[in-house]
Amino acid sequence: MRPFKYLGHRMPYLPTDGCSGRLIVIEGTDGSGRSTQARMLKEWLEVQGYAVMETGWTRSKLVGQAITDAKQGHSLHRLTYCLMYATDLADRMEYQIIPALRSGFIVLADRYVYTAIARGLARGADPDWLRDLYGFAVAPDQVFYLQLDVRGLVPRVLEAGKMNYWESGMDMNYGDDLYDSFLAYQSELIQQFDRMAEAEHFITLDAGQAPDAIQKRLRRSVGRYLKQSAAPALTPAPDAARH
Amino acid sequence: MDLLTRPHNFAGKLIIVEGIDGSGKSTQLQLAMRYLQSRGLRPFFTEWNSADLVKAVTKRGKKKMSLTPMTFSLLHATDFAHRLVHNILPPLKAGFIVLADRYVYTAFARDVIRGCDRDWVRKVYEFAPRPDLALYFNVPIDVSVARILSGRGKLKDYEAGMDLELAADRVTSFRIFQGRILEEYGRIAQEYGLHQIDATQSIGQQQEIVRALFDQALADYAPAAPPAPEAPAEPAPAAAQSVAAADQVSTPDQEDAA
Repeated sequence: MRPFKYLGHRMPYLPTDGCSGRLIVIEGTDGSGRSTQARMLKEWLEVQGYAVMETGWTRSKLVGQAITDAKQGHSLHRLTYCLMYATDLADRMEYQIIPALRSGFIVLADRYVYTAIARGLARGADPDWLRDLYGFAVAPDQVFYLQLDVRGLVPRVLEAGKMNYWESGMDMNYGDDLYDSFLAYQSELIQQFDRMAEAEHFITLDAGQAPDAIQKRLRRSVGRYLKQSAAPALTPAPDAARH
Repeated sequence: MDLLTRPHNFAGKLIIVEGIDGSGKSTQLQLAMRYLQSRGLRPFFTEWNSADLVKAVTKRGKKKMSLTPMTFSLLHATDFAHRLVHNILPPLKAGFIVLADRYVYTAFARDVIRGCDRDWVRKVYEFAPRPDLALYFNVPIDVSVARILSGRGKLKDYEAGMDLELAADRVTSFRIFQGRILEEYGRIAQEYGLHQIDATQSIGQQQEIVRALFDQALADYAPAAPPAPEAPAEPAPAAAQSVAAADQVSTPDQEDAA
């Protein structure tokens, strides 16, 4: 059992100890292959005997749908945008993440506060305010950053058909059309991520590599960390012969 | 960027009222609004927890009792931010008077009693402009409870603080919950220099004080637009009277508020 550590202001009613799980975060812009990597890592960890819970943005019962709905309209200002995302994480924090960590799960977060902070910053929100806002979040044990420059990003996002209004930051008038806006907005996000990665010592992985190569590095790093920190596997870890 | 602790630079005026349920603050604000209208002014009005953006979410969360202290706080902050952007800032920037029934101090009191970190709640709301006049209607818990129970229907779960599991029945829970909020309000009134009004006085007595304070707060106010055509050009006689009465009222908190 380890103490619960928070990024900033701990809510007096949230637990201070009894954290037996681990929180692992994978960050990266859209098109960096993040979700694929998270899925592969989850499967691998489960084979190793670790119980894994995946979580990601807008998946809260409370406001997940409301955020999606609000993005259909034009009523989201940067303040309400940031606050709704914070509500989403707060709900998941209390109903999913903290309970899972108490029960010894590896919580795999497909994007975490850093995405919300990068997006808020790209919309002109105050950096200190964003940090304080997300102070309630449990501090992650490991943060991986799938780094890809904007040129590498464009073909992937186009192929996935995901160059849309919000991913292009069109709400901020970054550029004349979807493409120009996408370039400017995503470049800004990448810059913010790069800065955070350096300041907070994320483990940066080159997302331009083949997916298998990235996954190999992820597994090696996560595997080593879990062993080193003696994270509990719920079932006995299977030996190599079973693969 | 704590905007709440320094005066804003907008052409308009922001006046807000605070107090626990049953303190009579809404009645007083409505009467003050009539007073402004009688002077040919066109104040804008906004109230706590009323934006469309998260209304359905808050309602559903309350019904299912699934709101936690944090999500309760953040949903209300979202609601406030939406109203700030859509209903408060535009008229304020355009030079109008904005009247708010409850402001961020409501969150400072309620959310902290629910279990949120005191400093965190203040940080969350630091984008809120500081009001030109903030009135706090201070009323003993017994008076408020009596007013609420006689004047309204059944207490709702969150209104009674049932989520805090203070007592099995709503009335007892409400009393304990409101009592704690009252204490927290006392602290906030000091911290932010809210102008306290003794809400056990008669409605008329309080309104006289309120109008005098409005006059003071609006002394340097130049209306953004010409008065509405149907409004009288001269201030109503009642207004002049209350100004005279105001000189008699001592306002010890005024220095803090300025």
